[in-house]
Amino acid sequence: MRPSLGYDVAVVGAGVAGLTAATRMAESGARVVVLAKGVGSTHLAAGTVDVLGYDPDRVSSPARSLPAFVAARPDHPYSLLGVDAITLALDWFAERIERGPQPGYRYVGDLERNYLLPTAVGAARPSALVPETMAEGALGGGRPICVVGVRVLREFHPTLCAANIARMGVAARGVEVKIDVDRPELNALGLARRFDDPVFRRDFAARLAPSLEGDERVGLPAVLGLRDPHAAWSDLQDRLGRPVFEIPTPPPSVPGMRLFDALRAALRAAGGRLVMGTRVMGAEREGARVTALRVDTAGRETTFGARCVVLATGGFASGGLALGSDWVVRETVLGLPLRGVPTAGSPRFGAEYFGEQPMARAGVAVEPSQRAEQTENVFVAGAALPGAEPWREGSGEGISLTSGHRAAELVLASDGLAAAA
Amino acid sequence: MTEVLHELLRGSLDHCVKCTICETACPVSNVTPLFPGPKYAGPQAERYRVGDEPSVEWSVDYCSGCGICTQVCPQGVKIAEINALARHKLKQQKGVPLRDRIIARPTVLGRLGTPTAALANASLRSRPVRVVAERVLGVHRDAPVARFAGRTFRSWARRHSSPATGRRIVYFHGCGTQYYEPDVGEKTVAVLEHNGYQVEIPKQDCCGLPLQSNGLFDDARKYVLRLARALAPHARDGALIVGNATSCTLMLKREAREILGLADDPDLKLVSERTYDVCELLLELHDRGELKTDLQPVEEVVAYHAPCQQQGHGIGKPALELLALVPGLEVRELDARCCGIAGTYGIKREKYDIAMAAGADLFEQIGASQADLVACDSETCRWQIEHGARKPSAHPIELLHRAYGLPQPS
Repeated sequence: MRPSLGYDVAVVGAGVAGLTAATRMAESGARVVVLAKGVGSTHLAAGTVDVLGYDPDRVSSPARSLPAFVAARPDHPYSLLGVDAITLALDWFAERIERGPQPGYRYVGDLERNYLLPTAVGAARPSALVPETMAEGALGGGRPICVVGVRVLREFHPTLCAANIARMGVAARGVEVKIDVDRPELNALGLARRFDDPVFRRDFAARLAPSLEGDERVGLPAVLGLRDPHAAWSDLQDRLGRPVFEIPTPPPSVPGMRLFDALRAALRAAGGRLVMGTRVMGAEREGARVTALRVDTAGRETTFGARCVVLATGGFASGGLALGSDWVVRETVLGLPLRGVPTAGSPRFGAEYFGEQPMARAGVAVEPSQRAEQTENVFVAGAALPGAEPWREGSGEGISLTSGHRAAELVLASDGLAAAA
Repeated sequence: MTEVLHELLRGSLDHCVKCTICETACPVSNVTPLFPGPKYAGPQAERYRVGDEPSVEWSVDYCSGCGICTQVCPQGVKIAEINALARHKLKQQKGVPLRDRIIARPTVLGRLGTPTAALANASLRSRPVRVVAERVLGVHRDAPVARFAGRTFRSWARRHSSPATGRRIVYFHGCGTQYYEPDVGEKTVAVLEHNGYQVEIPKQDCCGLPLQSNGLFDDARKYVLRLARALAPHARDGALIVGNATSCTLMLKREAREILGLADDPDLKLVSERTYDVCELLLELHDRGELKTDLQPVEEVVAYHAPCQQQGHGIGKPALELLALVPGLEVRELDARCCGIAGTYGIKREKYDIAMAAGADLFEQIGASQADLVACDSETCRWQIEHGARKPSAHPIELLHRAYGLPQPS
């Protein structure tokens, strides 16, 4: 069959950047399709929005640190996006979560100060915007913490977590609750489904309550409900009579899945189309314009015609970029020109795993409009942008959210769509 | 051939980074400890399955084969396909029970049940008969079974002639339409004709999917190749092939080639490239501005469930987009993953409870949606939905048929 002509925008990738860009464009009336290989980083990340955590010392207020951070790094995505765009994106995001499918569930925080929240191993992690269910875990004073593990969740160790929190000067101890389930182990998702059930929560609270002491607040792995986390969290606080907070777990990430569900619902509500389990193989072009994407569907390739494309395929970890054994880096979907790839002779990798990794700053070469160089209508968002080392900076979701949000605006204003309208 | 393909599928397991995304999506492992999950049974256990040596791991028999794990994997690991081959190996080793050999042959059941529909339907709804059938055969007494229509779709098709428009299309109706839901077939034909197609309905048989999912690969190959031989000449003449059973069209498009190792059969290759799900086809028409949109208002609330195998096409949810075109129709998308039935899985005595638990999320969402009707593309899923959620279910094409104001089947 001939290629379809129907879409204003085709977005490649269903992570935070892709879903944000797609939803915002669909909300403005554009006909949008999202094409994705699988679910993105949402199911793996903590579900918080980290904007700027380290510069290189820990940042307590992103709003105060960002101007100097950006000034020192003209190649960083935040320099391209601008600090104001971050605030707009955060507000937009928080509103979508509040309107989302989980009743009452919301995010709290802003750029003025970072929450310092414990990870599953009790390290401190700075985040700007966090689920309400995590906020009470802020370190740096406050009530002593009782970290509560659940025996069947084997990847969460309350005593390890508590011992590391205590090393930072916050009184903490770990306890473990035994629950009755039909199997020897459960992952975070399996447990979250059970916490959606009020009867399970009542029983859990009854088993936990006798172990709690003094004015302790309660830190639980982030499993307090998938469908109705606000109810699960509020219910436990009421039953235990003390603040309760979630601590992100190793994957699967329940708060990340809630985030994905909320963005997906917003996309659907705005009339956007989502095609998962498929792979974009390449494009049809007229000169520097991409006119259609070639997609690997069952049995054959299908072409999705589009006036503009948003590439939100991520970096090396998601397969948006690939490094060959010949040291050549490629953008895997459209073969776009890159920027920030270490030149021959200069260091590609650092010796420290969490240290500086020059290769990680590689990304698609873009103009200030986020348009990929040598194209007329391909825009780039998320971890495919060059110049960042998100895990060192604590900036991953901030970059994805802001660049996705801003890309939407730029696409809507671009010649490609304006000409079509 | 199978060995080469197996190696290709196995090769994908090295891409597994143990991210557990498949485990979050598996409808079965989330409700039973009997199946430890797609990552464990697939990329992990596969490393212990060596050539002709006996299987060391039995849990894969409890995988329902819905295919969701492969769809959600961001690394491209062919988890469901690896597990299908492992299940086949297991079945060869342990033997396939008589029950599975029977329920995997819908054409045989259909030929037996159609002439005796009144008796067959009464028996299938008789408690004593079902209790005996459960004991003797292992088909769960409460499992949803469809009603024989008492007539076949082909008996209608033989009498029907499609107006000659020159836009030829071949209709692949599948066994569900043939023996249980001939109305759906008539409506599909009517909607296609309304959109200017000249519909041809060549003689055809089962696609072999139930045999494949029950591990009977040799029989499945016979069936699917026979079907490919019947459809290929039409495809060679330039006609597209369109079906309303999304599992069966997926079998033709991809599963037979990947799982049964038939990638190189020229007839099947051609057929798979030319096969469309009916909603996929209609949405493509719409994208090109060629779909008729003389749709009359349908004032109703409808919930839509995309079957797992429909999602396997990698085309999104075209039915959802089409139903959104119907004025007045309020469509509520259900995002629970699976109804649990997975073809024949959920009717088996030892798996019925698992299937019902796997579908519980969906049934609950249907209840909460306050919909009058559940639209769903796959027949066994519709039957499971009617059983589990106690709500009527229809193919999306039936709603379009209504909105077009086309005459009801006789």
